[in-house]
Amino acid sequence: MDGIHDMGGMEGFGAIEMEPDEPTFHEPWQARVFAMNSACIGILKAYNADEYRHAVERMSPTHYLSAHYYERMLTGIATLLVEGGTLTHEQLEAYASGAFRLSGPLASPQQVGRSGVDGRFAIGDTVRVLDWQTPGHTRVPRYVRGKEGIVRHVAPAFPYPDHSAHGLLGRSESTYHVEFTARELWGEQAEEGATVVVDLWDSYLAEAR
Amino acid sequence: MKSHKQNASPAARAAALEHALEEGGLIAEGVLDSLETAAEDHFDWHHGARVVARAWVDPDYRARLLADGTAACAELGFAGPQGEYIVVLEATAECHHVIVCTQCSCTAWPVLGLPPDWYKSPAYRARVVREPRRVLSEMGLRVPAEVAIRVTDTTAETRFMVLPLRPEGTDDWSEDQLAAIVTREAMIGIAVVVAG
Repeated sequence: MDGIHDMGGMEGFGAIEMEPDEPTFHEPWQARVFAMNSACIGILKAYNADEYRHAVERMSPTHYLSAHYYERMLTGIATLLVEGGTLTHEQLEAYASGAFRLSGPLASPQQVGRSGVDGRFAIGDTVRVLDWQTPGHTRVPRYVRGKEGIVRHVAPAFPYPDHSAHGLLGRSESTYHVEFTARELWGEQAEEGATVVVDLWDSYLAEAR
Repeated sequence: MKSHKQNASPAARAAALEHALEEGGLIAEGVLDSLETAAEDHFDWHHGARVVARAWVDPDYRARLLADGTAACAELGFAGPQGEYIVVLEATAECHHVIVCTQCSCTAWPVLGLPPDWYKSPAYRARVVREPRRVLSEMGLRVPAEVAIRVTDTTAETRFMVLPLRPEGTDDWSEDQLAAIVTREAMIGIAVVVAG
């Protein structure tokens, strides 16, 4: 989905603020949220990491941008547990004594990305990223759609996230570390001497034109 | 229907979620405490600093690290969630590496720890793929024009770590001394390692 999470290349955010000697967690509730997410994925098996990422992506853009990372994590966990019928939204709002915003709805499984290929490319191949869009989960960042790059590394097969984020039995596919020149991605205004490597599943790619 | 209630604070919502999980008997007592402790112990960027120092003093280890990052990190005891497939990016005099995750904030937890807020910020995620030289310069790292910058976006399941250049003048330093000067920022690639 073309959500707010897909930030690569957006402009206007300004300077990056850094905090010296930053602690792992700034407030106790953040550590608690991290632990709850670990428990839900690792122990309860209530959802997988792709479903989690997509639940966060489904937050409304205004909420997403105003929320800290661990508030986004909290929203993702609560959304999935309510959708899965483990908890109810009413219960959460009653315990929180206030509104508990959840993420937006999931696209139907018929709308998710295609799959069915693997192992088609090798190091040195020039590939093109398919320019297709899905209202579901995908790990193709917008900024590489339709762009051409060169395969630099082939990683082992991992579950295809466009499927596993939607509870479908995801087949696994190799992912490729594809290097794009800055000029290919950003045009003539691009910085000199820069490239970007993006890690892409086989189904996202085609042979170069 | 949109709720007209006042938004509960994140802390109140987190407590409500924990309450609901406990009430349903879904998570045994003590599990969240031990997961919190484990997070602090297992996900620590000082582990990555040990890996870098070892690679600087032991050419065979360096070769193994670049060939199979996962196995070489595991040799030193660093493995686990978000470290299932680690690729180490070797900084050279010709090419500077920097890592980002534009779509969420994926990081190699066993060697880089849980990511800092600047790494998770919209500004870093949006900008570093588009104007890396400017971003690094704003963050205090001037990369010479003749040095290429390769930005790696963590969009799938590979987790990355930069092997920074060993600073000059450290030839007679011990592995422990070297580990002490390696920073998380250098292993993400927004800084270089400087001697003392």
